[in-house]
Amino acid sequence: MSLRTAGAGAPLTAADIAHNFLELHPALTDAEAVAESNRCLFCYDAPCTIACPTHIDVPGFIKKIANDNLKGAARVILDANPMGHSCARACPVEVLCEGACVMNQQEHRAIAIGRLQRHATDAVLAKSWKLFAPGTPSGKKVAVVGAGPAGLACAQELRRAGHAVVMFDARKQPGGLNTFGIAQYKLRPDTALAEAKTILDLGVELRTGVTIGADLSFEQLGRDFDAIFLGVGLGGTHSLGIPGEGHAAVVDALSFIEQLKTRPYGTFAPPARVLVIGGGNTAVDAATQAKRLGAERVAFVYRRSEDEAPAYDFEIALVRASGCELHWLTAPVEVVVEGGAVTGLKCVKMALGAPDASGRRGVTPVAGSEHVLPCDLVIKALGQTKRVELLRAIPGVQLDGAGRVVIDEHGRTANPKVFAGGDCVNGGKEIVNAAADGKRAAAAISSFLEGH
Amino acid sequence: MAVATNVDLTSNLAGIVSPNPFWLASAPPTNTYGQVARAFDCGWGGAVWKTIGQPIVNVYSRYGGIDSGTQKLIGLNNIELITDRPVEDNLREMKLVKKRYPKHSLIASLMVESKREVWHEIVKRTYGETGCDGFELNFGCPHGMSERGMGAAVGQVPEYCQQIVEWVKEVSTIPVITKLTPNVADITYPARAAKRGKTDAVSAINTINSLMGVDLDVMAPRPNVAGKGSHGGYCGPAVKPIALNFVSSIAADPELAGLPISGIGGISTWKDAAEFIALGCANVQVCTAVMHYGFRIVEDMIDGLSNWMSDKGYARLTDFQGLAVPSIQKWENLDLNHFIRAHIDQTTCIGCELCFIACEDGAHQALALAPKNGKRLVEVKEDMCVGCNLCSLVCPVPGCITMRKVENGAPSVSWKQYSSGAGTLAPRPQHYHTVEE
Repeated sequence: MSLRTAGAGAPLTAADIAHNFLELHPALTDAEAVAESNRCLFCYDAPCTIACPTHIDVPGFIKKIANDNLKGAARVILDANPMGHSCARACPVEVLCEGACVMNQQEHRAIAIGRLQRHATDAVLAKSWKLFAPGTPSGKKVAVVGAGPAGLACAQELRRAGHAVVMFDARKQPGGLNTFGIAQYKLRPDTALAEAKTILDLGVELRTGVTIGADLSFEQLGRDFDAIFLGVGLGGTHSLGIPGEGHAAVVDALSFIEQLKTRPYGTFAPPARVLVIGGGNTAVDAATQAKRLGAERVAFVYRRSEDEAPAYDFEIALVRASGCELHWLTAPVEVVVEGGAVTGLKCVKMALGAPDASGRRGVTPVAGSEHVLPCDLVIKALGQTKRVELLRAIPGVQLDGAGRVVIDEHGRTANPKVFAGGDCVNGGKEIVNAAADGKRAAAAISSFLEGH
Repeated sequence: MAVATNVDLTSNLAGIVSPNPFWLASAPPTNTYGQVARAFDCGWGGAVWKTIGQPIVNVYSRYGGIDSGTQKLIGLNNIELITDRPVEDNLREMKLVKKRYPKHSLIASLMVESKREVWHEIVKRTYGETGCDGFELNFGCPHGMSERGMGAAVGQVPEYCQQIVEWVKEVSTIPVITKLTPNVADITYPARAAKRGKTDAVSAINTINSLMGVDLDVMAPRPNVAGKGSHGGYCGPAVKPIALNFVSSIAADPELAGLPISGIGGISTWKDAAEFIALGCANVQVCTAVMHYGFRIVEDMIDGLSNWMSDKGYARLTDFQGLAVPSIQKWENLDLNHFIRAHIDQTTCIGCELCFIACEDGAHQALALAPKNGKRLVEVKEDMCVGCNLCSLVCPVPGCITMRKVENGAPSVSWKQYSSGAGTLAPRPQHYHTVEE
């Protein structure tokens, strides 16, 4: 698929943008699913299953697709991973299940596990299958704080165990970053919301627009519930700390992405020249989507080299394929504002130094290398802050030096009633990690509530 | 097109000479002039016309298929009867084929009721009106016609086979091939009967009695006709091993020595054909592969067989015809002291562990998982491996698992010898763990 680009003075139409946001990995046809599922060798103790943080029985569900048992396949997936719909689309399968697939050696082409997973899970939504039922009521009540992937996964497992679940989220809709933060060409809000609904339909009470700590105190939660799961995710984007950062044309990547995902195509357009600062997967998402919205020139600015960039290689490849420029070893020093408008980003070239304690090579500015990259909009993708203030207010919950909630191998915090998982614990990982965390915590909560 | 070789593919079945050994079997592909003419244009060496006989009426749903994964039609069955075209139409078109393709073999397949005068009549009329090169007596179809005392109903009773062959031979001036049914316990009985009746050749196998499957929505077999089905004749690649066994038992039978065989059953490629010829067939007949892919498949059958024969130094079919027959023996003659053992090439192993679980759950517990340096290794427990081959059969990587000879220094000894007191067994490994209570 080639992207449609805007001409001078001719912004992209809604149809153009819809074309640009076609899914990177579209649904398989029935015939494709049969062919692909039959390629699977059905490995014993399969590497794909080991590679999956939720340990989905991948050969098992693929065999079921081949055997015309789509419902069984979907159940295997969603039993292991309640976020199976969104993971099918947004998981970095290249570095997880598909990266581990033995077919990489056999045919230099892994089984399309993600797309097969989508084939099975799409049928659940299309046919309104009810794969799970609430457990026998336990009489216990659990508060799940945050309706993102960790909270939803936890909620599904708690309901299956028979516990009453009330889920709180500050936003108006559930799903967290699944709904508002994943690149549009991977996962659309309607899918994320439909996935959330399958879990809410198990009898989860969702209270939206409620910020814990502000609208409702933790003390109150502690009084009202027998256990609490924290899946609060992360906070806002880190700041650059450079002059000009406060300008309205300097935005953070997540709010940029949220805008494009929540507004109709054609009603939200970036200016002609966009610079994205950062080297992670969110920076990738911002750059590739700015291009798809019609920005003429999009450049990716990162202070280290490509080798140090935290974004996956296949994501960097997508940045290139999207027609974005890449400025490695380039650090911003000032947002240039002229006549009230952002006109560029003053940067300095960086030089790689010796590896630090973590093995990552440090960088130092190159004297006299200042230059200005012209732009109309700066998007910051510098990683998210931790919700330190919110979390510190919870009695007994401890944070590590990086502001992450400290838990044991079962997802328990130091407060016996409080459990946690997802980005607030791991500092920001994939949906599948959040799902695994939420599920693990649900098991620990059940043990706790049953007095084990 | 075929590369030039000095190989001569001319085949001779009981005096019927064809430019190559590839014939179309009597079946839907040989129902009309247009089909057979097109087939000969594509390179087929001969064709057995779809069976002619008394008027019949066919049902509309006729074929059922079985797939394996994405491989369509590893097996096909049919409940179609013999030709439903008037005899005169068939004879007129056959005559035209013979006139326009004089060097190709045209065989008339016949099936009529078991009366001497009826067989005499059809034989004389068919040869008289077509000038065909031979007859094939259809004693094989297991469905439909057998309910009327024809097809397999004849082929399953040696006396009937012999009787009808005799009737045909009383009036035929051209070679007679008796087509045998596999729906018997021992095909040498009807083959011997046909030989006693003075048949010039046999062809084997006809289709195998089968029920292809059950349509679970309508609770009726596939194919079904308005919700009802019937057993039918099974053919296609899946039946080849069964056909090879029948063919080899005819070829190896001392009483049938010298009886020409036309091999049929699941032949799709030149290799399949070569295997049938190696087991003694003078030529082969093909149907299902053509029903799947069309007449064009003969191009590679000719090309592949020619190249292989050239590579092997075989100048003509008779140079390798029957060469594999002596190797087919009773089990009691196999060497009990010939030891082989699995060898896994760790450099090409992809780590699927299918060999491990197949051996562990399905065979002799002779493989062990031995992860080393982050790599997943499967190792052979040498004292447990009985050389059964299963691991090498399930391994998806060509050449990764090979079965290697184990030198035990013991002279060969067969069960026949050993059980009569001759020879000694090489020490057998302790293959099974004992279970303690």
